Amino acid sequence: MDLYEYQGKQYFARFGIPVSPGGIADTVEQAVAEAEKAGYPVVVKAQVQVGGRGKAGGVKLATNEAEVREHAGNILGLDIKGHVVHRLWIEHASDIAKEYYASFTLDRGAKQYLGMVSAQGGVEIETVAEENPEALARIYIDPAIGFTEAQARQLVEDAGLDAEARDGAIGILLNLYRAYVEGDADLVEINPLILTPDGRVHALDAKVTLDDNASFRHPEWDDFRDIDEFDERERLARSKGLQYVGLDGYVGVIANGAGLAMSTCDVVNQVGGSPANFLDIGGGANAEVMANALEVITSDTNVRSILINIFGGITRGEEVANGIKAALGRIDISIPMVIRLDGTNAEEGREILATVTSDKVLSLPTMLDAARKAVELANAKN
Amino acid sequence: MSIFVDENTTVIVQGLTGGQGRFHGLRNKAYGTKVVAGVTPGKGGQDVEGIPVFDTVAEAVAATGANASFVSVPPKMAGAAILEAAAAGIPFIVCITEGIPAHDEARVYNTLVEQYPSTRLLGPNCPGIISPGKTNIGITAGEIALPGGPVGIVSRSGTLTYQALYELKQMGVGVTTCVGIGGDPVPGTNFVDCLAAFQDDPDTKAIIMMGEIGGSEEEKAAEFIKANVTKPVVAYIAGVTAPEGKKMGHAGAIVSGNSGTAQAKMAALSAAGVHVVNNPTEAGEKMAEIVKGL
Repeated sequence: MDLYEYQGKQYFARFGIPVSPGGIADTVEQAVAEAEKAGYPVVVKAQVQVGGRGKAGGVKLATNEAEVREHAGNILGLDIKGHVVHRLWIEHASDIAKEYYASFTLDRGAKQYLGMVSAQGGVEIETVAEENPEALARIYIDPAIGFTEAQARQLVEDAGLDAEARDGAIGILLNLYRAYVEGDADLVEINPLILTPDGRVHALDAKVTLDDNASFRHPEWDDFRDIDEFDERERLARSKGLQYVGLDGYVGVIANGAGLAMSTCDVVNQVGGSPANFLDIGGGANAEVMANALEVITSDTNVRSILINIFGGITRGEEVANGIKAALGRIDISIPMVIRLDGTNAEEGREILATVTSDKVLSLPTMLDAARKAVELANAKN
Repeated sequence: MSIFVDENTTVIVQGLTGGQGRFHGLRNKAYGTKVVAGVTPGKGGQDVEGIPVFDTVAEAVAATGANASFVSVPPKMAGAAILEAAAAGIPFIVCITEGIPAHDEARVYNTLVEQYPSTRLLGPNCPGIISPGKTNIGITAGEIALPGGPVGIVSRSGTLTYQALYELKQMGVGVTTCVGIGGDPVPGTNFVDCLAAFQDDPDTKAIIMMGEIGGSEEEKAAEFIKANVTKPVVAYIAGVTAPEGKKMGHAGAIVSGNSGTAQAKMAALSAAGVHVVNNPTEAGEKMAEIVKGL
């Protein structure tokens, strides 16, 4: 789960990381009220989960009420790379002497944590890593041992942070590591981490990705659940407990298993079509799950044909076929559908499917042929 | 021969009294796997269809001499269960549990490396391992695999693994061992571990590798193949159409920026002399063609 900046700052504050005082606003009037509370000058910041907000006009400085009204009015409703702004974060503007960078994440290759600090913050860190790699200090941390103050000191020294920022930065790094590990985050990043002219260090931005697998031990995460960000289809799928990712195409895809679902999208693409989604219904394929999946797929108005790709392993072909048959009996679908059923007892399953096939519901034995047919039907409907 | 396991492997099932553990443990036993004990804290002394249950792995090992464990316990307890098996001296641990927190996995992985270097963990979030006709530990449907070799399979995805096994069976091609390494970000066993074992196994003559987006294990495998593998390798990578920044079902299947794309992995494998195919069916067909020419 990706957090918005304001949520990330709330999260950081829980771990003792200093952030600017501020508040959220969904309307211009709320923005004015929050600006009064924070004290002018303030920064009006669009809350969207996409980079490049500043360049898109989503971050503005305001020195009085009139400017807050103007900027809040302009930014609310703004479309930033496909993300529409519904919420603002209003915070007291900080004086900035220096901008740094700090983060912790997992290095999958090394299978250890990677801490990174740079004296060149406030810009895309990928750019720094590419153009000036020695400006990005790195340290590997053994997850079984943890992060020590000595390592934190080493990092800020290697990064060449200004002398007056070092103690503050070390304290923040130790807390940021706690936010990463105890907080069960996949990524914590502060960019920029600033030094003020009066010598204080604090987080001016917050990027946090939480590990959904750890939600069972974090009931407090419920505060962060804001499913406005998901597209309509992903929200419906989520409410039905399905693994779904929305894509831009027009062939609806249902498969069992993440690998097979990905592979099915690829094959649709390979035969000249474009997948509308990734949807993994998991190991079984009973009527309930299949009906839910079909409901989610057909809620997408771009979908012109559906490809169901099921491989029977422990779940046998006839059980799968009966599930599909029952699901078809429960919901009314006008979109043409191609079913590919293979694996254990596939023949028996296909015999059952034969009883429901029509010019709208076809059954083909191989993945490629089924994908070709689904794409052909989608194009015929266009 | 087979890799990591064989017909003499004796297995305990951690979580045998649970729904999944019982279902798959009994299926494995019915396949011919030597399932000698179950472990569930507080249920020692009971049995599951004649398989004795112990409170701890240490007791189960002392009583049965088991040399492998099948961990099928919920995500909350899985990390501790893996470490308990390692501490009891089990050299080969298969963990099918999906949904283990990433930090737990990272700690368990590094603890194993440092404290139990001779223990091999397969998974988590994997379908397990099958050496057709000999042993099956995990959730693979044994009947879709043909015994005998000469093909070894290693895969990050369960259903794609089954697909590969099934394609080969349709064409009359057997499998020495099929290893599902799982779709999580920190797998205990990786492609390189399996490729090295297949290279050393005289009965394995060719290898199928099923990868997917995310991480850089396929790129590492490509380097390893170039330097060390003389047997023909066929590879398929899922996720060509996956968008950036979305987890595609598996926790580890995510393209981050420009890293972890299917395209980069396919290019690296091609450059290493691997036969890269476009879909799982082609993987089976290509392998059948290679086996014919051996």
